[in-house]
Amino acid sequence: MLLLNCPWCGPRDETEYHYGGQAHIPFPGTPGDLTDEQWAEYVFYRDNPKGPFAERWVHSTGCRRWFNVVRNTVSYEVLAVYRLDEPRPDLPGLAGLPGLPGRSDLRQSADPAGGNR
Amino acid sequence: MTATPLPEHPDWLWRTPDPRSSYDVVIVGAGGHGLATAYYLARNHGITNVAVLEKGWLAGGNMARNTTIIRSNYLWDESAALYEHALKLWERLPEELDYDFLFSQRGVLNLAHTLQDVREGVRRVNANRLNGVDAEWLETDEVAKVCPILNVSPTTRHPVLGGTYQPRAGIAKHDHVAWALARRADEMGVDLIQGCEVTGFVKDGDRVVGVETSRGRILAGRVGLAGAGHSGVLAERAGFRLPVQSHPLQALVSELHEPVHPTVVMSNHVHVYVSQAHKGELVMGAGVDAYNGYGQRGSFHVIEHQMAAAVELFPVFARAHVLRTWGGIVDVTPDASPIIGTTPVENLYVNCGWGTGGFKATPAAGWTFAHTIATGEPHPLNKPFALERFTTGALIDEHGAAAVAH
Repeated sequence: MLLLNCPWCGPRDETEYHYGGQAHIPFPGTPGDLTDEQWAEYVFYRDNPKGPFAERWVHSTGCRRWFNVVRNTVSYEVLAVYRLDEPRPDLPGLAGLPGLPGRSDLRQSADPAGGNR
Repeated sequence: MTATPLPEHPDWLWRTPDPRSSYDVVIVGAGGHGLATAYYLARNHGITNVAVLEKGWLAGGNMARNTTIIRSNYLWDESAALYEHALKLWERLPEELDYDFLFSQRGVLNLAHTLQDVREGVRRVNANRLNGVDAEWLETDEVAKVCPILNVSPTTRHPVLGGTYQPRAGIAKHDHVAWALARRADEMGVDLIQGCEVTGFVKDGDRVVGVETSRGRILAGRVGLAGAGHSGVLAERAGFRLPVQSHPLQALVSELHEPVHPTVVMSNHVHVYVSQAHKGELVMGAGVDAYNGYGQRGSFHVIEHQMAAAVELFPVFARAHVLRTWGGIVDVTPDASPIIGTTPVENLYVNCGWGTGGFKATPAAGWTFAHTIATGEPHPLNKPFALERFTTGALIDEHGAAAVAH
């Protein structure tokens, strides 16, 4: 069982949380301009790395707040926990998080504020 | 009911050749789907200059880790056609392969515990019948007749309000299925190469012309990916993305017991599925772990949850001991249906996204994937399961009939 360190409540068992999938997927900044392929990317395509992965969790039976976790999907080691208003830590293996064509366009246009939400 | 003796442990059923420098077709992954694909490439299409590459050992991945359940009671027309084709192939494969892998059509019960379960079950039975799939709706007392050890008391926390029943469904001895397919494929000239990991793809522009492996470069006219939980990793190495997420899925078996469990029982609501293996173990599965993972182990709380459900449904198992638990990695798609077809890379084909239910589909996956690889075009059965459906929106949403949370 994973032990996750909620930024507000401290370390709790995995059973107190729910998983929210990949983090840092902003809603498209100009949705009216997206092609069907770009919509498919936004709705259905997520990274699936074997290694460090930035993902969202919600402390559903605690403070009920969302936060981000960087976790190794092979060893299940939790490498970082950070709030939604904090930038993603610059960890080895996460640099760039290369997206494929379509995704990188989405990322650039999607979040004009440049935040990490 | 008496225990069925197991088939003799086979001698070597296939050669262990070194990889040649090139093949007409290279299949990545020597699990059930990869082996069935090679078998049908040879049998249906006469393509025998084929290598099946396996990073570990033959059928040692999810093929060795599943709960061996075979059924075809899916909701949508596309799925019913695909899985029913598989079931029909299962029914003739032991004779065709001349190998008794103990395909046992002992039926599958899908229990209903809520009014919504009942409605979904009745709807699915009707849909199944319209598609020529054998299905019955059973009231509670009829469920008890099919599986007398089930606790159908109305006073339990999740009383059994009825269930769907597919009499032709059942189980098969998974290892022997793989070995039976491997023997025939080998006899027809297919090279089964174990300990050979695909580390990259050789491309000429947008066209694949071979694979890089831990045992050197192997050129190929066409390449088929059948890597189950690692399909996403393989696709990334080939330079494209798949809409799959890899999750741990675990199962467990008890110590051996006398034959007491005559069928297969699945329950979405309390989330356990149980059958009794020929040898006597109770085989139990649950849902996937929520998070992405490649660790081939799952969370203990999932086991606690499924055991609580099993003991409620089967009080007779309360003192059974767990013998072993294990995990496999399943690739899950957004609509809980597989992807079989072409990819953005020319001559590279993919069979993936079976989530928690690939074993039952083994022959149909091989049949359709072989057709797609041999002709470059989808078979009518796998045409709806193309990658394009995530762009067109023509999804095949089988989360309900998938029966396992994922």
